[in-house]
Amino acid sequence: MLKSGREHSTMPNHVILMTLAFIAFMPIAILFMNAFKTTAEIGRNPLGVPSVWHIENFSEAWEVGRYGTILRNSVIITGGTIVGTLMLAGSGAYALARLKLRGGDLLTFYFLVGTSVPAQLFIVPLFIMWRNFGLINTQLGLIIIYCGLSSPFATYLLRSYMVSLPEEFMEAARVDGATNWHIFRHIILPLSWPGFVTAALVVGLSSWNEFLFAVTFLTDPSLKPISTGLYAFQSRYSRDWGLTNAGAVIMITPIIILFLILQRRFVEGLTQGGLKA
Amino acid sequence: MSKHSPRQAAHWQLFKTHFVEPLGRWIYIIPLLIVNAVVIIIPSVSGILYAFTDWNGTSEATFIGLDNFGRLFQDAVFFRAFINNVTYTGIFLIVPIAVGLLGAYLLAGIRHGQVVYRLLYFIPYMFASVINTQIWRYLLHPKHGVGAFLADYGITFLDFAVFGRRSTALYGIVFVDGWHTWGFLVVLYLAAMTQVDKELYEVARLDGATRLQQFRHVTLPSIRPTLIFSMLIIFIGTTLVFDHVYILTGGGPAHASEVMSTYLYTQAFENFDVGYAASIGVMLALWVSVPLSIFYVLRRRGWQI
Repeated sequence: MLKSGREHSTMPNHVILMTLAFIAFMPIAILFMNAFKTTAEIGRNPLGVPSVWHIENFSEAWEVGRYGTILRNSVIITGGTIVGTLMLAGSGAYALARLKLRGGDLLTFYFLVGTSVPAQLFIVPLFIMWRNFGLINTQLGLIIIYCGLSSPFATYLLRSYMVSLPEEFMEAARVDGATNWHIFRHIILPLSWPGFVTAALVVGLSSWNEFLFAVTFLTDPSLKPISTGLYAFQSRYSRDWGLTNAGAVIMITPIIILFLILQRRFVEGLTQGGLKA
Repeated sequence: MSKHSPRQAAHWQLFKTHFVEPLGRWIYIIPLLIVNAVVIIIPSVSGILYAFTDWNGTSEATFIGLDNFGRLFQDAVFFRAFINNVTYTGIFLIVPIAVGLLGAYLLAGIRHGQVVYRLLYFIPYMFASVINTQIWRYLLHPKHGVGAFLADYGITFLDFAVFGRRSTALYGIVFVDGWHTWGFLVVLYLAAMTQVDKELYEVARLDGATRLQQFRHVTLPSIRPTLIFSMLIIFIGTTLVFDHVYILTGGGPAHASEVMSTYLYTQAFENFDVGYAASIGVMLALWVSVPLSIFYVLRRRGWQI
């Protein structure tokens, strides 16, 4: 491979790669810049750098968009989903990977394809069930749905992690008379934490961003998470670009920061399916 | 406590091996199975059953056989939505995949800056649909966006309301969704391309293959499993697409950008035609299961796809 670098110049590569980077990055940069402009300046200078960095959009978005409440709701829903999913999927994956279950292979296959059952097939009956249970317009109701939606993927991911752990520790513990619970708690969990981190990131990102179920199951404005909260805000203040862009910036900044810190794990988790196949 | 008779002991032994011990293993997976049954399996089965009724969500449901499906086949809006879905999928299988392959192939050929490019390309994939739509509703706005900017220089092909015109609304949505997705494909393909045996390229070069020929005869066949898999997930994702359409146009103007998911949503939650909506859900599930089952059957037979 060393020779190839000398055979072709990589200059043309960089020209095209930079064009692609421009396409990916410029729209985001404009979103950020416009979050700091007054409406008047957006009219005069729609795509450029702000002449004055006007930070009042953020305090205004915080107040009229009720971003304090919305962010708290999103943290509760995302946090609840991560904890719930990891508990369900972690112990389930342990059973599939390490305890001999009759029909375990079939279940593993279900969790692999279970992610592809279209939401459109079950969202309406689920809505009616949730109405009967009194779970519409409750955050717990949405958390349970998110746990159900993300646990097949998380189970599959954690199972493949646990299968790859070395057998010796568990054999030794079993010879010493350790129970299933002891092995799970003191051997499997401490060894598979990287798998749990990856699963938590993927599950957390998808529930932070989720729209369809949030817009259907939470209509009370004081309970909405940030995705549908921002949507309502966009519809109400559609012409006030500074304000709605500030709202969008509030939503993506934590994601971008987390992504920059944990880039490798995010990429690994999100492309997992593609590489496994 | 009296001593167990041998017979009781044998019973206890049977009970232990067939019930207590399996329970000690199954207990770890039972909560997961219950949540999955409640959220996915039970409602999916009910969805299939509703499709054969005229239920409106509140009053008595009547079994009406295949009437909903008959109605679907005569429904011009559903037909429009299906065609739009097929168009959406078709464009997605060509443009973002081509850009993804191009980006990945070029990235595989450089040594410096690969990490930075990959990072930049991947960021839009992390964004929620509400963010993508916020960005592009502005950039495709006839007064502030790219179209207005170009119009200042006399280039006037883009200074109109892309999402408000019947002829362009759907393509506008596909573009926004494609912008969100292509970077993910670059990263996916790049990961597959770095696994390719370097010696294959060496041999191809010695045979005098150009870069294009190397791509065609070495890279593409080597990453085929990943490529096929990405086409499968794109087919599924674009068939079920909802967010971007719902937020940008709501399926309009005049159903010009309607897709099956948004039509289902309107039927269920605005017209309360639950039975009819359920039949759309069944059609969607069937359509998605076509490539999915072909894929798994071929895999099972050991095809290297």
